[in-house]
Amino acid sequence: MHKVLTAETAGLIGCQRCARVWGAETNRCARCGARLKARRRHGVFWVWFWWVAGLAAYIPANLLPMLETRVLLTKSDDTIVAGALKLASHGSVLIAAVILLASVAIPIAKFAAIALLARSVSGGRGLGSNWNHRIYEAVEYIGRWSMIDVFVVAVLSSLVQFSVIATVKPGSAALAFTVSVICTMLSAQSFDSRRIWDADQSAELKK
Amino acid sequence: MPPKIVPTDRKILMTSDLPAALEDLIACPTCDALYKAEIPKAGARMACKRCHRVLISPGRRAGAKIILLALAAFGLVMGAVFQPFLSIKRFWITRDATLVETALAFEGPLLILSIAMLALVILLPVTRLLLTVYVLSPLVLNKPALPFARVAFRIAETLRPWSMAEIFVLGAAIALIKIVDLAHVSLGPAVWLFGGFVILLALQNTLMCRWSVWKALDDA
Repeated sequence: MHKVLTAETAGLIGCQRCARVWGAETNRCARCGARLKARRRHGVFWVWFWWVAGLAAYIPANLLPMLETRVLLTKSDDTIVAGALKLASHGSVLIAAVILLASVAIPIAKFAAIALLARSVSGGRGLGSNWNHRIYEAVEYIGRWSMIDVFVVAVLSSLVQFSVIATVKPGSAALAFTVSVICTMLSAQSFDSRRIWDADQSAELKK
Repeated sequence: MPPKIVPTDRKILMTSDLPAALEDLIACPTCDALYKAEIPKAGARMACKRCHRVLISPGRRAGAKIILLALAAFGLVMGAVFQPFLSIKRFWITRDATLVETALAFEGPLLILSIAMLALVILLPVTRLLLTVYVLSPLVLNKPALPFARVAFRIAETLRPWSMAEIFVLGAAIALIKIVDLAHVSLGPAVWLFGGFVILLALQNTLMCRWSVWKALDDA
């Protein structure tokens, strides 16, 4: 890998919002008004803060009912996983797969990915820079899509609400799940991506 | 201000590449790699060599196109909000749900979710559209920027990851497939209007070169 000149090594600081470059001592970007942040030594604090909050919300999101269905006199409360499995047993395997992917696989992978990145930039062992780049891109891109199950539940329940035969009501897991998605998005945004590439550079120089 | 370029590590600097003025430099927001900002030809793009983030991607008359797309998208979403979104029919009972009713599906303590949904799906995307028009219109007409244009563009940028209209569309599609066994579902006009809105938003996003906008705000 070739060596790259960064704003930091040039004694400058780059704005992470508008890409303008300033002298290293500048605190605020005069063009877009963003705070200019040098690589912070304790920069992963907020990453972990939102990570823990997100995980704490993710647990009730899986234990509480996501959907309360009443068909005639039978009532069933389904958690996210139970609902998806029920769908699969009714033959909608593809939809069950999308829901399991968006509500279980992506959130769990996202928790793991952010933890890996935060650990590897603060000196712990990681998977290596190539993987870190890919993981970072994936987290940035895919994270928002976890919200899909909440939208599914909302559309379903508003449609079925007033019919006599069946009612579908969103359960409290929807709230916990939304909080969890918001927290993990904030966690990913608190992560200073420049540190992934910094880690490459210092590894390169040691060789 | 005279640029101070103090190499802290000679080994990795190519000082000959550095231009004289700070405003000619561009630092990749993702990985901090430093480049001389060279505006590529319209349609071409300058991307970071290290992390591949697109840094500059000017388009011919991109500003005007973005404004038109934003106005069209605004019209579509205004139509979509008040038209029936989906309607469900089982035996003799028909029920329509508009987009707003869909968002208001959560009741009681979950009402906060309804508000969050309205914000994520409609309010924030629409706010971004209006802010974009506010910022870009004077620039396209070669007029000085309107007051608070920088703040407006900054807010629009901050809201970007939080506007989730396209995710809602996929969610609605899944809900539709889920329910189609239970009852007869038909799509209302709002589905097409909102679908169009999401497509225009995506188009607008690909045309938008944020660096060019900041630069134009600097020069204006």
